[in-house]
Amino acid sequence: MSSIIKIQGVNKWFGDFQVLKDINLEVAPKQKIVVCGPSGSGKSTLIRCINRLEEHQKGTIVVDGVELSENTKNIEQIRAEVGMVFQQFNLFPHLSILDNCTLAPIWVKKMPKKQAEELAMKQLQQVKISDQALKFPGQLSGGQQQRAALARALCMQPKIMLFDEPTSALDPEMIKEVLDAMVNLAKQGMTMIVVTHEMGFAKEVADEVIFMDEGMIVEKAETKEFFANPKSDRTKLFLSQIL
Amino acid sequence: MVFMNNKVKKTIPQLITLAVVVLIFGFFTFNAQTNMENRGIEFGYGFLSQESSFDVQFSLIDYDGSYSYGRAYLVGLLNTLLVAFLGILIATVIGVVIGIARLSPNYLIEKTAAFYVEFFRNIPLLLQIFFWYFAALRALPLPQDADPIFFGVSYLTIKGLFIPRFIWENFDIFSYSVIAAVVSILVIRNYAKKLQENEGKQLPTFSISIGLLIILPFLTFLIGGVSLSFEIPVIKQLSVTSFVYEGGLGIPPELIALTLALALYTATFIAECVRAGIQGISKGQKEAAASIGLNPNQILKLVIMPQALRIIIPPTTNQYLNLTKNSSLAAAIAYPDLVLVFAGTALMQTGRAIEIVSITMFTYLSISLSISVLMNWYNKKIAIKEK
Amino acid sequence: MNKLNFLKPDKENMKIYLYTGSFLFLISTMDVFLNSFFKLNITSFLPNFLSLLLPLILGSFGLHLIRIEFSGIKYLDLANKKINSSNFNAVLTLLIIFVIIKAAPATMSWFIFDANIAGDSKEACTGTGACWTYIKIWLRRFLYGMYPNDQQWRINISFIILVFLAFAGYFTTERLKKYLTLYYVIIYPIIAYILIYYLISGGSFNLEWVETGAWGGLSLTFIVSFFCLIFCFPLGMILALGRRSSLPTIKYISISFIEFWRGVPLITVLFMSSAMFPMFLPEDFFMDKLVRVIIAISLFEAAYVAEVIRGGLQALPRGQYDAAKSLGMGYWKMHIFVILPQALKLVIPGIANTFLALVKDTPLIFVVGLLEIVGMLNLAKTNPKWLGFAMEGYVFAAITFWIICYAMSRYSQNLELKFKTER
Repeated sequence: MSSIIKIQGVNKWFGDFQVLKDINLEVAPKQKIVVCGPSGSGKSTLIRCINRLEEHQKGTIVVDGVELSENTKNIEQIRAEVGMVFQQFNLFPHLSILDNCTLAPIWVKKMPKKQAEELAMKQLQQVKISDQALKFPGQLSGGQQQRAALARALCMQPKIMLFDEPTSALDPEMIKEVLDAMVNLAKQGMTMIVVTHEMGFAKEVADEVIFMDEGMIVEKAETKEFFANPKSDRTKLFLSQIL
Repeated sequence: MVFMNNKVKKTIPQLITLAVVVLIFGFFTFNAQTNMENRGIEFGYGFLSQESSFDVQFSLIDYDGSYSYGRAYLVGLLNTLLVAFLGILIATVIGVVIGIARLSPNYLIEKTAAFYVEFFRNIPLLLQIFFWYFAALRALPLPQDADPIFFGVSYLTIKGLFIPRFIWENFDIFSYSVIAAVVSILVIRNYAKKLQENEGKQLPTFSISIGLLIILPFLTFLIGGVSLSFEIPVIKQLSVTSFVYEGGLGIPPELIALTLALALYTATFIAECVRAGIQGISKGQKEAAASIGLNPNQILKLVIMPQALRIIIPPTTNQYLNLTKNSSLAAAIAYPDLVLVFAGTALMQTGRAIEIVSITMFTYLSISLSISVLMNWYNKKIAIKEK
Repeated sequence: MNKLNFLKPDKENMKIYLYTGSFLFLISTMDVFLNSFFKLNITSFLPNFLSLLLPLILGSFGLHLIRIEFSGIKYLDLANKKINSSNFNAVLTLLIIFVIIKAAPATMSWFIFDANIAGDSKEACTGTGACWTYIKIWLRRFLYGMYPNDQQWRINISFIILVFLAFAGYFTTERLKKYLTLYYVIIYPIIAYILIYYLISGGSFNLEWVETGAWGGLSLTFIVSFFCLIFCFPLGMILALGRRSSLPTIKYISISFIEFWRGVPLITVLFMSSAMFPMFLPEDFFMDKLVRVIIAISLFEAAYVAEVIRGGLQALPRGQYDAAKSLGMGYWKMHIFVILPQALKLVIPGIANTFLALVKDTPLIFVVGLLEIVGMLNLAKTNPKWLGFAMEGYVFAAITFWIICYAMSRYSQNLELKFKTER
């Protein structure tokens, strides 16, 4: 089993404050990992290091055979292989949903417009909002916007999908539609790393669950094992608070 | 009350307001008519074709005392537009630079830009104009003592800035080549866009455009018979103490002072508009664009600038309008703009206060309203659609 | 000792990089410093061009050396992040520092060291610096215009009373606080008007009458600003409401009024008030210059205030209007108690801006022959006994205006913050 993501001894500081402490993690292709933990534990920072939206100071991160460092050329190529869904959706308000999705395929992958639009419509159908394709983000509900954001990321046909608390900014009744789209994606065999509090989703889809606290990986176990027999006290405390 | 139904409630205030307005206007008109009768003043716009018999210091078109008042109006208008155009150009450049500098993570740069904005914003424009004209430019040397600048062909003196004058041979061929270059650029851009849509390939349109713009006109020098020579200003002695420059182009100090003051002052407001526009784009936009693989140039061009410009352009156009209106302060330093020439000298000579002031205000109103209408149309067209 | 790479300073040999870098930076600053303060050129052995660039080159290399990421020294890291984050930034930082060092001696000597303030006449200004004597002698004119010297106490008393009354808001008891708005909007202006009419203008109670043409200087600036402020604000409010009215006549009259005044320059308005107004009024109806100017400026600024307030009215969520209407409030009650208080809080910066613009527009009244401080300056500099001191006058006026405007904008920022936290 060769890993598609290999994180070894990674440390990161924001000024004086150490936000990641000696992180070691390996992710195999098609694996689904859920990362949970209290706020400030560094989970978002960790996944943002994977597509280099944040830079780590110590240790190595290898994504699909390429090591991420300041000497990495064409960081954009790597980012094209790794898709990300944000907590705040971050759709481009001045473009229609369709244009949001076709923007990167046209400009980065140099796809002809027609081909890009066909691809976009396919992805939008997968997340069940193809009828909103010509609307603008401001005209959609939160759940629809997040699903559109998912489609946009998938249009680059990435090998890895990162999710940074995708449902934390949604009203309760819209969380389900987004989670359904993510479950659908998981079933198709995508490698996914999801930072979330939605433990129901973790139980259904995740292969491994990681608990982080204060910048360290406190516990890492197979899903069933993680929920049935949490080993560390901190994990037990956290689980008791959210379940 | 039964009869105070809605319709009545709506019409009564309107009728009252209308009546008041009509009364006020009627009062003014009546007085104006009586006064004019008593003083024997006629009313009419025919005077515009009369000979003006006054000279104007600086004019972009041929003009002297034998031309009509109508022509004098044109001279003033062109001078106003000239100062407005130059002022807007310089103010935009300075404003954009300062606006971006305000957002710099470099502490010193940010504080310097902030200092600039606070300094020039809190001093009245009229005071700044006076300062430049009466204090700063007066400190410049007399023509005979001035050292040449700009590679030895220009002179900055108390009587103005003297620069070489361009003398063209076959200027029309040159202008045709420029037009040809622009047309070909448009054609190529269209072609590149179609190419990208159909096949995904991207042409370096920017470099090609720049290349065309430089090469085509340049060719006309080589093979089109176009040539450019300069008439360099040369000092000439008029009398024992009075020197002046002959040849070349003389830019009057009034124009320099006015443009400088207007540009520096308006730049502060434009800087704030630019800053608000760039700050208004949330960080997440940049991150999202990066996460789908766009490079920094593409992020700027496709995601940041479209959104930022929507925020920046409306208030900036407002500032351009303000600059144009503020150019009327030229009257204070005798730069012959529309107000000074027409509503000043011409009014004093003919005494036709109502006609002249009305034409002047109407001119400014037209400029303002047309820009407003254009801005509204532009805003509607690019508005980001919401629920 | 590890390999020293001067192109890539790192944490290992930090001390060496730091010492070398700081040394280079200090030499370059020293060079510029000695050059500008003591006129010494220690690099005169180099050709002119190089001697100018040398401090820049040395300094940027020095800064490059001390640019060690995450060195662990708190102040160094702070400095690096703030002014030395890249080569481009380092060069700009150096340029700014050098420009300041070069400009400092010239500015300071003009302002202070070579300046004169003692004495009585032009002869007292012997130095090459500023002639503050000129300002000192003319100060009364700059403050009071042509108002007779022995009567200037009247202006002083009026202003002291007005300022004191303005702060009455702080001294009111709880019971009277609800009358504060009434006080500020109606009573205070009336008191001000009475003071101006009887005390400053005079003509009764044994006080000599001083015509408005003689008023001038900073006191005139304050008087004009004050009254225009008072009139343009309510008028602007009415226009803003009118523009949003559903009654077409009122709406279109408001729009025409606003767009007209916003489309023309203030100077043409003032020209109009002096050239055209007499035409539009009955033959023997005389309107004082000052009154005409205040009316003209108030109408002009009211249009701008109207647009600012309209922005606030539009920004208020529809729910506020709905809630007020559902409680049975009519148009006026709704606006006075619910809408306007909130909308005005929203547009405090916009209104402050307009007031600032108003103060900065007052110098234009020279067009009708009234000389406030800038006008007095222009008059003073043509006085044959005091030629050639334009610079000092303008600097003095610039400083005065700057202080007033800056203080006002600071105050409005504080107001804005205060209202934000109250929500």
